Amino acid sequence: MNLNESDKQLLGKVEELSGENAFSCYQCGKCSAGCPFTEEMDLLPNQVIRKVQMGDASVLEAETPWICASCLSCEVDCPKGNDVPAIMEAIREISLRENFDEVNLNELDASDLPEIALVSNLRKKTG
Amino acid sequence: MREIAYYPGCSLKDTAKGFEDSAISVSKDLGIELKELPRWNCCGTVYSLTDDNLMKQVGPIRNLVRARDQGYDSLYTLCSMCDNTLKRSNRLVKKDEDKLSKINNFMDQEEDYEGEIEVKHYLELLRDELGWQEIKAKVKEPLEGIKVAPYYGCMLTRPKEIGLDDPHKPSILDELITSLGGIPVDFPYESECCGSYNTVDKKEVVLGKTQTITGGANKAGADLIITACPLCHFNLDSRQAELLEVAPSHHPVPVIYFTQLMAVAFGDIDVSGFEKHAIDPEPGLNLDNTVVSKR
Ligand code: SF4
Ligand code: SF4
Repeated sequence: MNLNESDKQLLGKVEELSGENAFSCYQCGKCSAGCPFTEEMDLLPNQVIRKVQMGDASVLEAETPWICASCLSCEVDCPKGNDVPAIMEAIREISLRENFDEVNLNELDASDLPEIALVSNLRKKTG
Repeated sequence: MREIAYYPGCSLKDTAKGFEDSAISVSKDLGIELKELPRWNCCGTVYSLTDDNLMKQVGPIRNLVRARDQGYDSLYTLCSMCDNTLKRSNRLVKKDEDKLSKINNFMDQEEDYEGEIEVKHYLELLRDELGWQEIKAKVKEPLEGIKVAPYYGCMLTRPKEIGLDDPHKPSILDELITSLGGIPVDFPYESECCGSYNTVDKKEVVLGKTQTITGGANKAGADLIITACPLCHFNLDSRQAELLEVAPSHHPVPVIYFTQLMAVAFGDIDVSGFEKHAIDPEPGLNLDNTVVSKR
């Protein structure tokens, strides 16, 4: 597989932010089989990793990392011990560090929400 | 009374007050005093998975420093999200000297943290230090015939490195229910995520999970569900009340904290805090004609 410079950049960035080696995934799909939110996702978790392996920047536009609830079900299922949610977080972080906020508090009706929901959400979805 | 260092976290002082009140009360019955740390800060709720930013680890580690400075070697939690975050941060710095020294350099007011503290969940205290026999011995109102679905969720058992039980076949809540005289029911969604923080911006996704999880518990015959997580509680209890508005055929299943279930079985019913719940737990516990009538 030939990666050009910008592909390598994306791959390198995700690996740096997540502390994971993307190529330790051999695409068995077990993570996706057990993920409880695949119905809502536009890419399956293993497809997200595949795009990272290929340095495909379209992964930054995917909905999946914002639907991932960091539930760690895939992590305990992965035969290679890969930290899939850390890769999801790295993809979110790349956008969040560009001054992007997935969630805008001013547009939300937060009156009925407990603090634990707000704090955790804003930690994952705002920069 | 044995004293243990207790880290409440934000929810237990507010929305999950009934979790804390019932825990304090049942602890007393068990000869244990929960000594709240004199100063503590929010753990951040979710463990940061970003490898290059240590700022998010400072909050959790500061809490461990404070427990250490009080002379303790263990810190106990009730909220499974706090438990997970504190345990994972602790594990990170214990296995990575370089990260630990960076965090220590940043926290210049505090004496260096050297990994002195072990973080433990209250359930570990029950199982590993007291033992189920000890719990059984305190039961005054056995939960006879009451079917309870143990909802483990994500944070108690995952990841494996810090989980307090087998992530694929956990049993600690089942054992607690049995010790209290109740019947643990097997249901397929005991470890399935409720949608967690997506409740803020993707409520529909969470409502779907609420229906699956509480509906699954109902199908398995459960009278109620127990949890150790204030966020799961919100998603399964308050969101279930919203679900009922759009899906009237849904059979409501009350959701309570495991310490509230203990309080009922120990006869400490006045601390239950059930009035805060969206789905009334009393029918599920059969309180109208058993425990209450005996009071
Ligand atoms: S389970 Fe692990 S190895 Fe298999 S596709 Fe998912 S991340 Fe890759
Ligand atoms: S951590 Fe994310 S990707 Fe993995 S199973 Fe949970 S929701 Fe799916």
